[in-house]
Amino acid sequence: MDCVATGGNVKVLAKAIHSLSRIGDELYLEPVEDGLALRSVNSSRSAFACFLLSPLFFQRYQTPSDQSFRCKMPIKSVQSVFKSLSSLERSVEKCRIQFNNEKSRLTITLHCKHGLLKTHNLSFQDCESLQAVFDKDSCANMLQAQSRLMVDTVLHFPPSLEEVNLSVSNDRVWLRNHIEEDADSSRAMMTELCLSSEEFDQFAVNTQTSITFCLKELRGLLVFAESSGLPISIYFDEPGSPVILSVTDSVLEANFVLATLSEDLHPKNHVNANTKHLQAEQTTDDFMCDDMDSVLIAMETSELPGPSHVPSSPPHNTNNRKHPASEDEEEEEALVERPPNKKFCSLFFGSVLPASSQLTNRTIQNQEVLASDSDNEDQTES
Amino acid sequence: MPLSTESQTDNDQYILIASLDNARNLSNILKAISLRDHAIFNATQNGLKVTVEDSKCLQANAFIQTDIFQEYTIKEDAVGFQVNLTVLLDCLNIFGGSTVPGVCTALKMCYNGYGHPLTLFLEEGGVVTVCKINTEEPEEPIDFDFCSTNVTNKVILQSDSLKEAFSELDMTSEVLQITMSPSHPYFRLSTFGNSGNAHYDYPKDSDMMELFQCTKTQTNRYKMSLLKPSTKALGLSCKVSVRTDVRGFLSLQYLVRNDDGQICFVEYYCCPDEEVEEE
Repeated sequence: MDCVATGGNVKVLAKAIHSLSRIGDELYLEPVEDGLALRSVNSSRSAFACFLLSPLFFQRYQTPSDQSFRCKMPIKSVQSVFKSLSSLERSVEKCRIQFNNEKSRLTITLHCKHGLLKTHNLSFQDCESLQAVFDKDSCANMLQAQSRLMVDTVLHFPPSLEEVNLSVSNDRVWLRNHIEEDADSSRAMMTELCLSSEEFDQFAVNTQTSITFCLKELRGLLVFAESSGLPISIYFDEPGSPVILSVTDSVLEANFVLATLSEDLHPKNHVNANTKHLQAEQTTDDFMCDDMDSVLIAMETSELPGPSHVPSSPPHNTNNRKHPASEDEEEEEALVERPPNKKFCSLFFGSVLPASSQLTNRTIQNQEVLASDSDNEDQTES
Repeated sequence: MPLSTESQTDNDQYILIASLDNARNLSNILKAISLRDHAIFNATQNGLKVTVEDSKCLQANAFIQTDIFQEYTIKEDAVGFQVNLTVLLDCLNIFGGSTVPGVCTALKMCYNGYGHPLTLFLEEGGVVTVCKINTEEPEEPIDFDFCSTNVTNKVILQSDSLKEAFSELDMTSEVLQITMSPSHPYFRLSTFGNSGNAHYDYPKDSDMMELFQCTKTQTNRYKMSLLKPSTKALGLSCKVSVRTDVRGFLSLQYLVRNDDGQICFVEYYCCPDEEVEEE
């Protein structure tokens, strides 16, 4: 692999890395046909982010003859290469990313002003392809706004706030801080902002809904969107389905997939209230996933809960309930042999999502799984 | 003004008197060498030399020549004493070290001879503070025997280009490796950290390179923990001279311009960490 980014694109690349560092501890780097994919997932696997930099983003883009090259590395080590954004802007003229097969190193070279050459040889690990399955087009609601609007809105929330609630009606959007159920309501402070549909570039609401998701990742993407001056699109459905934050332009695409809080927080009512029909995606070619061995994360396509969807919990589900989130690829691969077990993964419940292979997804479809299995519930039930 | 009369009469007994209109001209340069508590002061007719050492492997010297001071009186050929540098810096900033233009602390530094404290008279806005710092038995500074005739490689760089590199250095690396060579890579700083290695290459024809005199390819490693404090000196300086001698000893000389545009020097000597086979 050999890619060269020049001028302002180096800063865009750096901003993308910084943005991804808000999601997870590791950067997954994979050159695909559509460009260079930079991905990250958080430890509870409830947030996934992907930047796809198209070949046109680069001055030179050569993918390896051996298509299977992909790697992951601590995001901190990549971040340190692009440590100072101001000095990047001031002095870096060219950035070259090369894969050195002999030394098993990923080499990032920064060509700076005055002939200064910075070469970073980063060690990496081989890994499976990291891919979330999601479909923006199937989402009932879509909002598109200038990043400035979102930045100004989010600014009102304290930095310590973890989750934000977004509600939509036919002509309005409300954003409010999410208050934990068990929080003392007399002491909690509520911040609510109402935005008119006119403030948005695009406003397509088909279902009036209210979702709660993590603010940290939204902030992460906003930093990127604001610096690149691109509008941000928000795709979402009912609570429990992931929200997709998206920034696109002609040479890059960024998608942040975040779990949303399920509607009902009461464990006893949970089973009835939150039956979600989760199924494996049959194919993943709808979103730049040309690798059939992808490790799927946060896999879910949700349908509206209807009366026909009688809650049923596959018996094997309980076996995997307490399976800890694992970053270990081998362990994830080991899970392939188990029956498919799609659990809604929400970090609000502290639950985990076992990875599943594409292979099993294709053979078994329409596997009904409870939406919000979690350790917490297990504890309550037992 | 009882204080001034007292000072007048006392002036006779001091063997060293040094005055500055702006105490920051002294405190800034002392900060550049504040890597350990104990500083050896050595005053001669030429000025003041302050030495700080670390682990018998690193020596930092600050030179403040006579003409930096508004008054500089020395009654002996050489006056030596040792004080706690942290305490001295605290005293010099006793008025808060304001950086507002036009506001500065005036300093009169007096020493009475062996066994006496170092006395500082500090004045800002009509308020005078007198500080007495106990002096310690002066240690003999290590002679690094760094002789310019033994220098094999020398480069002079504008500090800005090195500042960036030093601010980004991978601190997980135990050593900083410096390569100087008449051929590629000319001048290279390398680190070997947890996440991999990094090289910073400065070509000899760079605008930042003011002088390039390398006769022999040399690669030496220096302890990162020892060299990191030199970043303070680098930050203050406008130019830096990097030299290595035949033994691989490193000399870093920083040219520091103070608030009044005068020039002082800070020098670091460092022993190489271990022998590296030349590639």
